[in-house]
Amino acid sequence: MIGTRLAALGGVALVGALSLTACGSDDNGGGSGKPAASGDCVKSTVNAAGSSAQANAMSEWIKGYQQSCAGANVNYNASGSGAGVQAFTGGQVAFAGSDSALKPEEHGPADARCKTGKALDLPMVGGPIAIIYNLKGVDNLQLTPATIAGIFAGKIKTWNDPALAKDNSGVKLPATPIKPLHRSDDSGTTDNLTKFLLATAPDAWKFPGGKTFPAAAGGQGLKGSDGVSTGIKQGDGTIGYAELSYATNGKLQTAKVQNGAGDFSEVSSDAASKAIAGAQVSGQGNDLALTLDYKAKDGYPVVLVTYEIACEKGLPKEQADFVKSFLTYTSSQQGQSILSGLGYAPLPDSILTKVQAAVKGLS
Amino acid sequence: MTSDTLEQGATRARGGRGRKLSTGRLGDRLFGISARGSGILLLLIIAAIAVFLVAKALPALKADKANFLTSQVWNPDAAEPRFGILQLAFGTLLSSLMALLLATPVAIGIALFIAFYSPRKLASGLGYVVDLLAAVPSVVYGLWGLQFFVPKMASVANFLNGNFGWIPLFGGDSVGGQSILTAAVVLAIMILPIISSISREVFFQVPQANVEAALALGATRWEVIRMAVLPFGRSGMVSAAMLGLGRALGETIAVAMVLSTAAGISLRILKPGGNTFAANIANTFGMAGNTGRGALIASGLVLFVITLIVNMLARAIVARRKEFV
Repeated sequence: MIGTRLAALGGVALVGALSLTACGSDDNGGGSGKPAASGDCVKSTVNAAGSSAQANAMSEWIKGYQQSCAGANVNYNASGSGAGVQAFTGGQVAFAGSDSALKPEEHGPADARCKTGKALDLPMVGGPIAIIYNLKGVDNLQLTPATIAGIFAGKIKTWNDPALAKDNSGVKLPATPIKPLHRSDDSGTTDNLTKFLLATAPDAWKFPGGKTFPAAAGGQGLKGSDGVSTGIKQGDGTIGYAELSYATNGKLQTAKVQNGAGDFSEVSSDAASKAIAGAQVSGQGNDLALTLDYKAKDGYPVVLVTYEIACEKGLPKEQADFVKSFLTYTSSQQGQSILSGLGYAPLPDSILTKVQAAVKGLS
Repeated sequence: MTSDTLEQGATRARGGRGRKLSTGRLGDRLFGISARGSGILLLLIIAAIAVFLVAKALPALKADKANFLTSQVWNPDAAEPRFGILQLAFGTLLSSLMALLLATPVAIGIALFIAFYSPRKLASGLGYVVDLLAAVPSVVYGLWGLQFFVPKMASVANFLNGNFGWIPLFGGDSVGGQSILTAAVVLAIMILPIISSISREVFFQVPQANVEAALALGATRWEVIRMAVLPFGRSGMVSAAMLGLGRALGETIAVAMVLSTAAGISLRILKPGGNTFAANIANTFGMAGNTGRGALIASGLVLFVITLIVNMLARAIVARRKEFV
């Protein structure tokens, strides 16, 4: 404890000295609307860590940022959301990526790290979670949330179960046993899927929502979205869940999921953006923690949103300028537009404008 | 002959304690101090690890609402933390012991072949290749296991289930053959080089006179190995196997990638199931909250203790066997 405090003090002293010597030259970071225009470009390196779900987006963003700001760099370590929050609270990284907003018990220590300001949850990228399956002869599977819950809870055991037949009238379903696969590692994907099931099918899903897939629900756990999608490919009758890019890259079948309006929606970046538009901000002020509306009337309802956790105030100046400039880029139209090609969902305008305003307030 | 050389060795080894350590000259004194210092440093490092693990684990253990030793659930970040190590300990020991059973005969076969059967040129090349196996990073084994080996194991599993499903070990289905048996085979390949290269070194130490004496009596090459080589190398082979077991117990990422998890304890080695200490830590540490981290460190402490016990057992076995030779 004393050691880290000393190190932090040393770091503050060092950065303070550096920014004193650099005084006057980098004082033009005053949030021009243009992303990473040469004017507010901060040529330094900043460390960040956290969610692996946004790792691909982050690496594209870093590339994009560097095009207009050569010499700037972000070292993003995709160590997982929990580790990212821990590193942020411990002062090892300038900002963290996390698949869930700070919990009440995490907020205090995170605020303390930011000294004069508060720690903010800034939604930065959304994504659809595809329900992927492998069943010979069935191409257009349609699922209601209750059926998904029944399958993952081990209640629906064969593909010709009446519940499935009802969702897919006119489709000939085989009597193959269903083999549900889930993540064996803790994950934001599991967190959002179980929260979706809790919200939409509480009668069929009797387990808590969380990052760990409930062992009592049964099924087979595989490591990472990569493991799950590989498993789907290898077995007939399997069903699982993964971020859309894994389904696209692995050429896997994806199921349509029923949304709040009763329509079966195909999974896509656009459809996910529409569903995210229904989210409510539950944080205070510029803290934009979201409560997702899993019963959204529009679009594809199984979605996740991952956040950047950053200090509103209180970082050493150079770091603060860099974080502000970088997040200005990621939340710009240009930054968001590269996401759909990667299987992510750009934030809908209603939320994006709030994020942009919050980023403008960083200092 | 054998007992003579060994006795000499033993007196040399044990005599050190009785004899004066130093002649009193500067070089000797410095060497004595640095050697003793290294020994003490090692003890301090081990103690520091143990203290760290205990200190980090205690808060989580206090919060645990389930029995840490007998519970099979692992849900430390829930509002009411519940976690226990039974399933982890079971999976760790089962997969490691199976790996040991698979690897030891093969490794000793390789070592015997290199030491006594193969032509000189081939022997050095083969020894080099086996040692190279140890240099392959374990994540590479994981990738190879996941992409290449797992699909192959699916047909092995189907065959075993179809023909020997009545044996309680088999029966049960796993998507893509990702089972505790698959993990054990991958582990076996990973611990092969350790066991094989130590056994090989031990076999090279067999006194030439013993071998020649047996040959002079008219023994065949197999009889020479049985009468002169294996008894001489027994303690060496045991300690080699134990080192291998130690590696298998602690192996992390390859197991995490190859093993598919399921709830509960089961002896059916072809079903998805089991989890190991190390794989669980690798799988869940990144997302774990505070209590989760403490719980994982507590499970690491248990692994530490298990490894310690295995090593102590190995030493005991080696020490006992020595007297019989």
